[in-house]
Amino acid sequence: MKDSTIKKLEILAESAKYDVSCASSGTTRKNQNGGIGSARGWGICHSYTADGRCVSLLKIMLTNFCLYDCAYCVNRRSNDIERAAFSPKELAELTIEFYRRNYIEGLFLSSGIIKNADHTMERMIRVIKDLRTVHRFNGYIHMKTIPGASSELVYQAGLYADRLSVNLEIATEPNLKHLAPDKDHQSIYLPMRHIQQHMIENKEERQKFRHAPKFAAAGQSTQIIVGATDETDQQILQLTSKLYKRPSMKRVYYSGFVPVNSYDKRLPVVKDVPRIRENRLYQADWLLRFYHFNVDEIVNDDHQELDLDMDPKLSWAIRNPSYFPIDINRASYEKILRVPGIGVKSARLIVSARRHGRLNLDALKRIGVVLKRAQFFIICHEMHSFKLQEASADYIRLSLKEPSGLEQAQAKQAPKQLVMTL
Amino acid sequence: MIVFRYDNSFEGLLSAIFDAFSLKKWPQLILAPDEVLPLLTSEEYYVQTTEGKYSRVSLAMKKRLSKTALMQLTYVWYSELPERSLLIFNYLAKIFKATHDISHNFADLDILAIKKLAKKVSHERHYLMMFIRFNAIDNQGDKVYFATVSPRYNSLPLTIDFFQDRFADQKWAIFDTKRQYGYFYDLAQTEIITLNEQDNFLVNGSINDDFLSPSEKQFQHMWYRYCQSITIKERINPKLQRQFMPTRFWQHLPETWHDLDNI
Ligand code: SF4
Repeated sequence: MKDSTIKKLEILAESAKYDVSCASSGTTRKNQNGGIGSARGWGICHSYTADGRCVSLLKIMLTNFCLYDCAYCVNRRSNDIERAAFSPKELAELTIEFYRRNYIEGLFLSSGIIKNADHTMERMIRVIKDLRTVHRFNGYIHMKTIPGASSELVYQAGLYADRLSVNLEIATEPNLKHLAPDKDHQSIYLPMRHIQQHMIENKEERQKFRHAPKFAAAGQSTQIIVGATDETDQQILQLTSKLYKRPSMKRVYYSGFVPVNSYDKRLPVVKDVPRIRENRLYQADWLLRFYHFNVDEIVNDDHQELDLDMDPKLSWAIRNPSYFPIDINRASYEKILRVPGIGVKSARLIVSARRHGRLNLDALKRIGVVLKRAQFFIICHEMHSFKLQEASADYIRLSLKEPSGLEQAQAKQAPKQLVMTL
Repeated sequence: MIVFRYDNSFEGLLSAIFDAFSLKKWPQLILAPDEVLPLLTSEEYYVQTTEGKYSRVSLAMKKRLSKTALMQLTYVWYSELPERSLLIFNYLAKIFKATHDISHNFADLDILAIKKLAKKVSHERHYLMMFIRFNAIDNQGDKVYFATVSPRYNSLPLTIDFFQDRFADQKWAIFDTKRQYGYFYDLAQTEIITLNEQDNFLVNGSINDDFLSPSEKQFQHMWYRYCQSITIKERINPKLQRQFMPTRFWQHLPETWHDLDNI
């Protein structure tokens, strides 16, 4: 490899870094015919950057030249940055070299738009086709679909990629048109629909012919930028929930807006990346995917923004006192799952352990329940009174605030009042 | 207090279970040959490891325990912690005495202890899958991808299937410098290896640069620069980084070697 390769690598990694998707999960592929690589259902992170993000895939752009001028993007045409381009062969070889050293799980390929959507797609497909056919690579491949790409090319890409994504970036259409004049929702939703269509057809085909190639087995994902425009959490999560109703949509990522364009008047002036909001959105997303929450329970007309002080599950619980107390020894898994301080794992453990005898607080603690939170919402063996009735919502709010407001303000006196009545 | 002494093998431990049930003696401690006897010992019993005993216990285990539970016991064994013998012993004694399957009763201390320790070992195994870094070396004209590690628990054997499947078309070796053994895959099978001329090949647990393939440094450099470039400076949070990627692995991770900056 030459010095010029290192330079390109740097430029094109810089250009790709704002895409937050990193997962290498959702599909399992064993090594086939003595080639290189395999993919694991849950994905593996191989490193963490100094900003604390997982590095699982070689996240890279084929080129950062771009015809478009999206205000929120470093690679926009009007931005004065260094430009570079890999040849498809060169990028495929680099991926293999990194993979052989166990640096990565695979490739996440995106690209700026050169000439037009389909021309760009064709070059990207050359990379991943090379990987699969020339290098006999069985690792993970995620390819970003170019807005406006044709159905035929989306299909080809899906034959080699495990996951395809099309980034929505901006949740509402007028705001998108405003910041990205060359794009509209149609150019994004259409490839999304192509992906879904091909997935459904592929499934039927594979039922008939077992050896028909798999199409994008890990489904599709998308990304929404948060904080560049004025959408509420309600608007964002409602969109998310709609997207998850589509059978092929596996993940929605939220990317707190990083100010990469300080002179553009269309963008808000922000000092910090809205990390807490971003985190709350992921927590809410989690509630939708794993805790069987309905989006309206999390955000609605009376509650349009997520609480920044506490996670959305706790916030929901405090707003819905009538749902509690939950009897740990009797209540269904679904109900236990909604108790703040109890995660999916501990809920499962509770349901399996209580078959052997009634659970008390000690047992719950050992199972991994965060009693500090859960105590307000449960009753169990040896615990008769129900805390939520005694404690006002404000009190709980204060005592469980992150970082714990009450504890810091009132030092050690406060927790005493919280001692359990057994 | 009754103390059992066994030969520190898994088969030996299963033989101890067999003896305990036939003699109806329940030890408070189980010691390896080199461990010191506590003061208040009233009886010391020496376990003989024989196939007749351990294969019967092993059969009974397979009948009574789920695949997951069996795997947990294996993991606990590979923790190498001195207390693992008694933990496994107590667990098995409890399982065999019970009239029904109690292996999911995680409110029980012995059962939970096994689950927790197994989890720790399994974490270490996962760390190896994440943080093992191969270096291409020239071995008499042959390219071999070589990695050194020093895991907290003896988790390396638990990862071999994984690496064998994943890197089926390259020769590779992984060497545990803490326990001084490793595995070598030669495109057909994987064998256990030790190293003789280590002083030269390994320096402080890492591969001597002289043995690296000519382009190896360059790939390390590229990986380093890649990881630097992908970092979002506005979001830097080294504490978070260390939490996910414990510093004890950094020795093997080129992306953390800041001296690569000057190449
Ligand atoms: S099309 Fe993509 S790469 Fe080009 S400016 Fe817009 S977001 Fe950036």
